[in-house]
Amino acid sequence: MKTMRTPLKKVRYLGSAKEGADHFWKLRVTSVANVFLGIFLVWLIVSLLGADYATVRQKLGNPLIALALLGLILSGTIHMRLGMQSIIEDYVHAEGPKLAALMLNTFFAIFIALASVFAILKLSFGA
Amino acid sequence: MEATSGRGVRPERPLSPHLQIYSPLINMVMSILHRITGAALYAGSLLLAWWLIAAASGPDYYNYVSSWFATWAGKIILLGYTWALMNHMLGGLRHLLWDTGHGYNLKTIDILCWGSLAASFLLTAIIWAFVALGGI
Repeated sequence: MKTMRTPLKKVRYLGSAKEGADHFWKLRVTSVANVFLGIFLVWLIVSLLGADYATVRQKLGNPLIALALLGLILSGTIHMRLGMQSIIEDYVHAEGPKLAALMLNTFFAIFIALASVFAILKLSFGA
Repeated sequence: MEATSGRGVRPERPLSPHLQIYSPLINMVMSILHRITGAALYAGSLLLAWWLIAAASGPDYYNYVSSWFATWAGKIILLGYTWALMNHMLGGLRHLLWDTGHGYNLKTIDILCWGSLAASFLLTAIIWAFVALGGI
Protein backbone atom coordinates (compact mmCIF):
# COMPACT_ATOMS: atom_id res chain seq x y z
CA MET A 1 0.00 0.00 0.00
CA LYS A 2 1.54 3.24 -1.19
CA THR A 3 -0.75 5.67 0.52
CA MET A 4 -2.46 5.96 3.83
CA ARG A 5 -5.41 7.82 2.27
CA THR A 6 -8.69 5.98 2.00
CA PRO A 7 -10.47 5.81 -1.38
CA LEU A 8 -13.23 8.02 0.06
CA LYS A 9 -10.71 10.74 0.95
CA LYS A 10 -9.47 10.73 -2.66
CA VAL A 11 -12.86 11.27 -4.28
CA ARG A 12 -14.57 13.49 -1.70
CA TYR A 13 -15.42 16.96 -3.09
CA LEU A 14 -14.45 15.94 -6.62
CA GLY A 15 -18.06 15.81 -7.78
CA SER A 16 -20.70 13.27 -8.54
CA ALA A 17 -19.73 9.80 -9.66
CA LYS A 18 -23.07 9.38 -11.43
CA GLU A 19 -24.30 12.19 -13.67
CA GLY A 20 -21.60 14.70 -12.85
CA ALA A 21 -20.19 14.61 -16.38
CA ASP A 22 -23.61 14.95 -17.99
CA HIS A 23 -23.36 18.72 -18.56
CA PHE A 24 -19.77 18.47 -19.79
CA TRP A 25 -20.54 15.62 -22.17
CA LYS A 26 -23.71 17.11 -23.67
CA LEU A 27 -21.85 20.35 -24.33
CA ARG A 28 -19.15 18.39 -26.20
CA VAL A 29 -21.55 16.24 -28.21
CA THR A 30 -23.57 19.26 -29.34
CA SER A 31 -20.38 21.22 -30.06
CA VAL A 32 -19.25 18.56 -32.53
CA ALA A 33 -22.66 18.60 -34.21
CA ASN A 34 -22.61 22.40 -34.28
CA VAL A 35 -19.34 22.51 -36.21
CA PHE A 36 -20.98 20.78 -39.16
CA LEU A 37 -24.41 22.38 -38.79
CA GLY A 38 -22.90 25.84 -38.30
CA ILE A 39 -20.95 25.53 -41.56
CA PHE A 40 -24.19 24.39 -43.19
CA LEU A 41 -26.01 27.48 -41.85
CA VAL A 42 -23.36 29.84 -43.21
CA TRP A 43 -23.56 28.14 -46.61
CA LEU A 44 -27.38 28.28 -46.56
CA ILE A 45 -27.55 31.98 -45.73
CA VAL A 46 -24.85 33.00 -48.20
CA SER A 47 -26.55 30.96 -50.94
CA LEU A 48 -29.86 32.76 -50.24
CA LEU A 49 -28.43 36.29 -50.35
CA GLY A 50 -30.62 38.56 -52.40
CA ALA A 51 -32.90 35.69 -53.39
CA ASP A 52 -36.60 36.46 -53.84
CA TYR A 53 -39.20 35.06 -51.46
CA ALA A 54 -40.26 32.15 -53.68
CA THR A 55 -36.66 30.89 -53.88
CA VAL A 56 -36.12 31.22 -50.13
CA ARG A 57 -39.36 29.38 -49.41
CA GLN A 58 -38.59 26.61 -51.82
CA LYS A 59 -35.09 26.13 -50.44
CA LEU A 60 -36.14 26.14 -46.78
CA GLY A 61 -38.94 23.71 -47.65
CA ASN A 62 -36.48 21.25 -49.16
CA PRO A 63 -36.56 18.14 -46.89
CA LEU A 64 -32.78 17.81 -46.58
CA ILE A 65 -32.32 21.48 -45.76
CA ALA A 66 -35.22 21.41 -43.31
CA LEU A 67 -33.71 18.34 -41.59
CA ALA A 68 -30.31 19.99 -41.25
CA LEU A 69 -31.95 23.18 -39.95
CA LEU A 70 -33.96 21.20 -37.39
CA GLY A 71 -30.75 19.48 -36.30
CA LEU A 72 -29.01 22.83 -35.97
CA ILE A 73 -31.85 24.27 -33.91
CA LEU A 74 -31.99 21.27 -31.55
CA SER A 75 -28.24 20.95 -31.12
CA GLY A 76 -27.71 24.72 -31.02
CA THR A 77 -30.35 25.50 -28.41
CA ILE A 78 -29.20 22.64 -26.13
CA HIS A 79 -25.61 23.86 -26.48
CA MET A 80 -26.40 27.52 -25.83
CA ARG A 81 -28.57 26.69 -22.83
CA LEU A 82 -25.77 24.63 -21.24
CA GLY A 83 -23.18 27.29 -22.04
CA MET A 84 -25.24 30.13 -20.61
CA GLN A 85 -25.93 27.98 -17.54
CA SER A 86 -22.18 27.86 -16.88
CA ILE A 87 -21.91 31.63 -17.29
CA ILE A 88 -24.79 32.22 -14.88
CA GLU A 89 -23.40 29.79 -12.32
CA ASP A 90 -20.01 31.51 -12.54
CA TYR A 91 -21.23 35.07 -12.02
CA VAL A 92 -24.59 34.99 -10.22
CA HIS A 93 -24.05 33.79 -6.69
CA ALA A 94 -27.17 34.89 -4.78
CA GLU A 95 -29.55 31.96 -4.67
CA GLY A 96 -32.73 33.78 -5.74
CA PRO A 97 -31.39 35.66 -8.77
CA LYS A 98 -29.41 32.57 -9.80
CA LEU A 99 -32.51 30.38 -9.85
CA ALA A 100 -34.42 33.07 -11.74
CA ALA A 101 -31.63 33.48 -14.30
CA LEU A 102 -31.30 29.71 -14.79
CA MET A 103 -35.04 29.46 -15.31
CA LEU A 104 -35.09 32.38 -17.78
CA ASN A 105 -32.19 30.73 -19.60
CA THR A 106 -34.21 27.55 -20.08
CA PHE A 107 -37.28 29.52 -21.17
CA PHE A 108 -35.25 31.51 -23.70
CA ALA A 109 -33.62 28.40 -25.20
CA ILE A 110 -36.99 26.64 -25.46
CA PHE A 111 -38.57 29.76 -26.98
CA ILE A 112 -35.89 29.94 -29.68
CA ALA A 113 -36.21 26.21 -30.33
CA LEU A 114 -40.01 26.22 -30.56
CA ALA A 115 -40.24 29.36 -32.70
CA SER A 116 -37.61 28.08 -35.14
CA VAL A 117 -38.93 24.52 -35.31
CA PHE A 118 -42.47 25.80 -35.83
CA ALA A 119 -41.30 28.06 -38.67
CA ILE A 120 -39.34 25.24 -40.35
CA LEU A 121 -42.26 22.81 -40.08
CA LYS A 122 -44.67 25.42 -41.42
CA LEU A 123 -42.36 26.03 -44.38
CA SER A 124 -42.21 22.28 -45.00
CA PHE A 125 -45.85 21.31 -44.47
CA GLY A 126 -47.78 24.58 -44.59
CA ALA A 127 -49.95 25.54 -47.50
CA MET B 1 -21.08 20.81 0.57
CA GLU B 2 -17.94 22.86 0.80
CA ALA B 3 -14.48 21.85 1.83
CA THR B 4 -14.14 23.20 5.35
CA SER B 5 -11.53 22.86 8.01
CA GLY B 6 -13.65 20.08 9.38
CA ARG B 7 -14.81 22.15 12.34
CA GLY B 8 -17.89 23.48 10.58
CA VAL B 9 -16.58 27.04 10.13
CA ARG B 10 -14.95 28.07 6.88
CA PRO B 11 -11.73 29.90 7.78
CA GLU B 12 -10.92 33.25 6.17
CA ARG B 13 -8.17 32.42 3.75
CA PRO B 14 -6.46 34.80 1.33
CA LEU B 15 -8.04 34.69 -2.14
CA SER B 16 -5.94 33.75 -5.13
CA PRO B 17 -5.23 36.61 -7.52
CA HIS B 18 -7.87 37.14 -10.18
CA LEU B 19 -8.00 38.54 -13.72
CA GLN B 20 -7.02 42.12 -12.97
CA ILE B 21 -3.68 41.01 -11.51
CA TYR B 22 -2.34 39.36 -14.66
CA SER B 23 -1.16 41.01 -17.85
CA PRO B 24 -3.14 39.51 -20.72
CA LEU B 25 -1.80 36.36 -22.35
CA ILE B 26 -3.18 35.06 -25.62
CA ASN B 27 -4.64 31.87 -24.12
CA MET B 28 -6.39 33.94 -21.47
CA VAL B 29 -7.69 36.45 -24.00
CA MET B 30 -8.98 33.64 -26.26
CA SER B 31 -10.66 31.94 -23.30
CA ILE B 32 -12.47 35.18 -22.43
CA LEU B 33 -13.36 35.77 -26.08
CA HIS B 34 -14.73 32.23 -26.29
CA ARG B 35 -17.17 33.02 -23.52
CA ILE B 36 -18.08 36.46 -24.90
CA THR B 37 -18.67 35.14 -28.42
CA GLY B 38 -20.73 32.30 -26.95
CA ALA B 39 -22.95 34.81 -25.16
CA ALA B 40 -23.17 36.92 -28.34
CA LEU B 41 -24.25 33.89 -30.37
CA TYR B 42 -26.83 33.15 -27.67
CA ALA B 43 -28.37 36.58 -28.23
CA GLY B 44 -27.89 36.24 -31.98
CA SER B 45 -30.04 33.09 -32.03
CA LEU B 46 -32.95 35.54 -31.90
CA LEU B 47 -31.94 36.77 -35.36
CA LEU B 48 -32.03 33.24 -36.81
CA ALA B 49 -35.42 32.53 -35.23
CA TRP B 50 -36.70 35.91 -36.49
CA TRP B 51 -35.49 35.15 -40.02
CA LEU B 52 -37.12 31.69 -40.02
CA ILE B 53 -40.40 33.05 -38.64
CA ALA B 54 -40.29 35.76 -41.32
CA ALA B 55 -39.81 33.17 -44.05
CA ALA B 56 -42.76 31.21 -42.67
CA SER B 57 -44.94 34.33 -42.43
CA GLY B 58 -45.17 35.27 -46.08
CA PRO B 59 -43.48 37.51 -48.67
CA ASP B 60 -44.43 40.87 -47.12
CA TYR B 61 -42.96 40.18 -43.71
CA TYR B 62 -39.95 38.35 -45.19
CA ASN B 63 -39.11 41.35 -47.38
CA TYR B 64 -39.54 43.65 -44.38
CA VAL B 65 -37.11 41.58 -42.27
CA SER B 66 -34.67 41.25 -45.19
CA SER B 67 -34.63 45.03 -45.57
CA TRP B 68 -33.59 45.27 -41.90
CA PHE B 69 -30.68 42.89 -42.45
CA ALA B 70 -29.70 44.87 -45.54
CA THR B 71 -29.19 48.13 -43.63
CA TRP B 72 -25.68 49.17 -42.57
CA ALA B 73 -26.49 48.42 -38.94
CA GLY B 74 -27.88 45.03 -39.95
CA LYS B 75 -24.79 44.22 -41.99
CA ILE B 76 -22.44 45.20 -39.18
CA ILE B 77 -24.39 42.98 -36.76
CA LEU B 78 -24.27 40.09 -39.23
CA LEU B 79 -20.54 40.66 -39.79
CA GLY B 80 -20.03 40.52 -36.02
CA TYR B 81 -22.23 37.42 -35.84
CA THR B 82 -20.11 35.74 -38.54
CA TRP B 83 -16.87 36.46 -36.72
CA ALA B 84 -18.34 35.37 -33.36
CA LEU B 85 -19.49 32.11 -34.96
CA MET B 86 -16.10 31.44 -36.56
CA ASN B 87 -14.14 32.36 -33.43
CA HIS B 88 -16.38 30.27 -31.18
CA MET B 89 -16.26 27.33 -33.60
CA LEU B 90 -12.47 27.37 -33.85
CA GLY B 91 -12.16 27.93 -30.11
CA GLY B 92 -14.45 24.96 -29.58
CA LEU B 93 -12.27 22.79 -31.80
CA ARG B 94 -9.22 23.93 -29.83
CA HIS B 95 -10.96 22.97 -26.60
CA LEU B 96 -11.98 19.59 -28.03
CA LEU B 97 -8.30 18.93 -28.77
CA TRP B 98 -7.36 19.98 -25.23
CA ASP B 99 -10.14 17.72 -23.87
CA THR B 100 -8.23 14.77 -25.28
CA GLY B 101 -5.22 15.78 -23.18
CA HIS B 102 -3.11 16.89 -26.14
CA GLY B 103 -1.70 20.28 -27.10
CA TYR B 104 -0.70 21.52 -23.64
CA ASN B 105 2.87 22.34 -24.57
CA LEU B 106 3.24 26.11 -23.91
CA LYS B 107 4.40 26.80 -27.44
CA THR B 108 1.56 24.68 -28.86
CA ILE B 109 -0.96 26.60 -26.75
CA ASP B 110 0.30 29.91 -28.17
CA ILE B 111 0.23 28.58 -31.74
CA LEU B 112 -3.30 27.18 -31.32
CA CYS B 113 -4.61 30.42 -29.81
CA TRP B 114 -3.00 32.80 -32.32
CA GLY B 115 -3.85 30.38 -35.12
CA SER B 116 -7.53 30.15 -34.25
CA LEU B 117 -7.74 33.94 -33.86
CA ALA B 118 -6.13 34.51 -37.26
CA ALA B 119 -8.26 31.78 -38.86
CA SER B 120 -11.45 33.32 -37.45
CA PHE B 121 -10.66 36.61 -39.22
CA LEU B 122 -9.64 34.78 -42.39
CA LEU B 123 -12.83 32.69 -42.53
CA THR B 124 -14.95 35.77 -41.83
CA ALA B 125 -13.20 37.59 -44.68
CA ILE B 126 -13.77 34.65 -47.05
CA ILE B 127 -17.47 34.40 -46.16
CA TRP B 128 -17.97 38.14 -46.64
CA ALA B 129 -16.09 38.03 -49.91
CA PHE B 130 -18.87 35.69 -51.06
CA VAL B 131 -21.40 38.14 -49.64
CA ALA B 132 -19.79 41.02 -51.53
CA LEU B 133 -19.89 38.97 -54.72
CA GLY B 134 -23.61 38.49 -54.20
CA GLY B 135 -23.91 34.91 -53.04
CA ILE B 136 -22.53 31.57 -54.20
